[in-house]
Amino acid sequence: MTGYDTIVIGAGHNGLVCATYLAKTGQRVLLLEAADTVGGLAADREFHPGFHAPVAHTLSHFSSKVARDLDLQRHGFNPGSSELPLVGVGNGEPVVVHDGKISGVSAKDQRAYLDYHGLLCRFAAVLEPFWLKTMPRIGSNSIGEVMTFAKLGLDLRRLGKKDMGEFLRIAALPMRDLVDEHFDNEQLKAMLCWDGLIGSKMAPRSPNSAVLALLYRLSGEMHGGHAIPSGGVSSLVSSLMASAENAGVDIRVSSEVSRIRIDSDKERQRATGVHLANGESFAADRVVSAIDAQRTFVNLVGVEHLDIGFTNRIRRIRSDGYVGKLHLALNALPEFRGVDRPDGRIIITPNMDAIEFAFDDAKYGNASAEPVMEVVIPSAADSSLAPDRQHVLSAHVMYIPYKARDGWTGAARDEVRDRAIDTIVKYSNGLRDQIVASEFLTPADIEATYHVSGGHWHHGDFAMDQMLMMRPTYEAAQYNSPIAGLHLCSAACHPGGDLTGLAGHNAAKELLR
Amino acid sequence: MSDLSQTDPFSGERPKLSPFHPRLEVLNVRDTWSVWNGYKFADCYYDAEYEYFCIRNTCGTYDICPMQKYEISGPDAEAMVNRMVTRDVRKLGRNRVAYTVWCTDEGRIIDDGTVFKLASDRFMVVCGSSCVAWLRKASYGFSNVTVKDVSDELAALSLQGPTSCAVLKKMGLQGIENAKPFNIQHFPYHGDTLMVSRTGFTGELGYELWVKRDLALTMWDDVYAAGEDYGIQPYGETATDMARLEAGFIMPYVDFTEALKTVHFEHDQTPYELNLGWLVDLDKPHFSGKQALMEEKKNGPKWRLLRLEIDGNWPAYESNVYDSESCNQDIGYVTSAMWSPAVKSNIALAMVRSEFLDGEIWAEIYKSKDLRPYRRMSKCTIRKKPFWTAARARSTPPADF
Repeated sequence: MTGYDTIVIGAGHNGLVCATYLAKTGQRVLLLEAADTVGGLAADREFHPGFHAPVAHTLSHFSSKVARDLDLQRHGFNPGSSELPLVGVGNGEPVVVHDGKISGVSAKDQRAYLDYHGLLCRFAAVLEPFWLKTMPRIGSNSIGEVMTFAKLGLDLRRLGKKDMGEFLRIAALPMRDLVDEHFDNEQLKAMLCWDGLIGSKMAPRSPNSAVLALLYRLSGEMHGGHAIPSGGVSSLVSSLMASAENAGVDIRVSSEVSRIRIDSDKERQRATGVHLANGESFAADRVVSAIDAQRTFVNLVGVEHLDIGFTNRIRRIRSDGYVGKLHLALNALPEFRGVDRPDGRIIITPNMDAIEFAFDDAKYGNASAEPVMEVVIPSAADSSLAPDRQHVLSAHVMYIPYKARDGWTGAARDEVRDRAIDTIVKYSNGLRDQIVASEFLTPADIEATYHVSGGHWHHGDFAMDQMLMMRPTYEAAQYNSPIAGLHLCSAACHPGGDLTGLAGHNAAKELLR
Repeated sequence: MSDLSQTDPFSGERPKLSPFHPRLEVLNVRDTWSVWNGYKFADCYYDAEYEYFCIRNTCGTYDICPMQKYEISGPDAEAMVNRMVTRDVRKLGRNRVAYTVWCTDEGRIIDDGTVFKLASDRFMVVCGSSCVAWLRKASYGFSNVTVKDVSDELAALSLQGPTSCAVLKKMGLQGIENAKPFNIQHFPYHGDTLMVSRTGFTGELGYELWVKRDLALTMWDDVYAAGEDYGIQPYGETATDMARLEAGFIMPYVDFTEALKTVHFEHDQTPYELNLGWLVDLDKPHFSGKQALMEEKKNGPKWRLLRLEIDGNWPAYESNVYDSESCNQDIGYVTSAMWSPAVKSNIALAMVRSEFLDGEIWAEIYKSKDLRPYRRMSKCTIRKKPFWTAARARSTPPADF
């Protein structure tokens, strides 16, 4: 057995970020990854020889602080590529939002969009510092922790009476109500809903946290815009890996942890290392889990080490994924009706009802009969992702339930894949003949491939009861756990999912206090 | 009955009938019934005090069919039960019973009950109110455990009193006299099994008899035939409450409130507050609430349940207790009180704030005489031991009759 200061379980981007921060302070850090490559859902995936796409196909609000701290640019990460146009295709003329401008809608909607975007960006700016902070403990009265909220309250107040009132009014609004208030164009409304909903079990009419999710995604320098860095999203992963190795992190892939070792003394239980599925064991002063909370506590710690109430709060985290992933290898650049060049994020849905109806199917365990989706051609931004003059189509398809009513079979998956392709073909006439190969990942496939419960991108819905000091649950919300020496640093923690690096950053900060 | 259930608009709301009901209904001379866990259940049958004296002097039977019974089985059963309860059931021998409590994460008591170890991978948990939701939560994460509610499948009868062992011997249960307290014995019985545990809630020599529901009346008749010359008498809730208070046993919703059903913060109790620290094994592996209980043990409980002997002969029903005769400071409240016929003393259980344990304790007692209220302040003395104990409750074999 080799002794480490810290073992990090899971080399997703948060695991890499946390491990690197710790190693930079001189800690001996071991980073263990079950898959044969690092990066988790952002890892490159060669789904057909020569054709590449990660599950997470764009970047929007990766923390610039993390990029700076970890010197990612020097390690090959170039986030400076331009923002992808957001293109909505449906019944009529496509609507395009790009660099704060909008086309394909009335002048009234164009003006409304500027107001809307400005308002949301002001709110996002108030919330932004919040995402980089450890949330106060419930019942804590420590000045520092109370100040976290006091500061937010003050910043909200500084927005002025009108904006503050508006913030409080819309914070829990369904996306549909928010966009209905602002716009006439159905296509525009549907595409603006998208970023509030994706990844969670939510549709335009669902109240709860879609607006907060949207504000979370509007944080950062891109203000909600998405981009594909040169070298693809996986260049973020490779730069994180290079930075980690440079800091001295010992990275081991194909090293699935089967158990976190728990020892107890008179005072309490303590995580002292890990056992691997291959029989190896490693000891460390502390263990940091960069995987989801359910796997961490139920599978790796074991419920016998946990209180019953705590265990059941972990159990009831809503973490069933609803997004499927379609990958197509194409022999040419596809054309979309009315779209000059398919180099944006193309939201395929005619209106909000279409999203809602697609969700209705999934609520009862069926894949949507008429799926809605976000299509990106990553190879249009980075030609290295496909062989010469050939292309990759990558689509997030909603809503594909993790728990299919009749279970997932190969045939069921093929049917959903074909349905998704049929939907795209409606807007891209020649596409069917361009397809060289295809792949569809249901949330169940994502779970099996990427070791993430429910195949959920964010390790749990971004919902009010699963946010802030309730994420993943109280008593584990400060990157801590009821077990001494066991910490969390994944999307299961505040502030949550997406490729941001924030959870990894915040956890490292907490550990180094 | 079937005709009634078709025409009776309240059929689904009427109390369930115990498998012993055909006998109970004849014996319940006063027709006094209440309901426990959905079962029609006797407060008393003839006269509560008479029934109490039967427990103490001859023997009585108490219908415990309404008790909730859960069978927990499978390779992970022991680990699952052990993680739920405060005692170490790994130390429990086969065919032994342990009284225990189980707690929330915060170390507050959810319920008390008994754990029967029937085999290395089979347990029965018996408690006073439904625990099925908690058991389901407690079993989550254990891959090889089955929790089955057997409350309605098993009939159970408590037989308590000095002559109880003699009754069972006469019934033909050979070797029953060798059962030590908390032992379980099994007897072949009409093609099935009669399980007898030396357990009870009276502080007496006593047994609890467990049999398949279909055999309930057969067993009742056998017990009553054998008990005829031994002063057997059914007793109800009122007599039980008297006997248990003398023995110092606590009653849910009288002396403590179940944590999961308590509305107000910390209106529930911890094992240490109820003097049940002996049930909390902090040396065993992790169990639910352990960390909180370790903290509490270190800091000391905020309240203590005290056994009080109170001057005078007015039972201190629902009394507040004070630090002085002049009621200077309210320091707690009485949970149970009675004039004890066996001890010939005015006894009570009371919850008192820990910081007042060393001072004087006075109970403010109200008594109505011909509808006119009278008030009296009575001095209380703390009793460390149970108010009443009997050597026969512990001796094996018990004295014969």
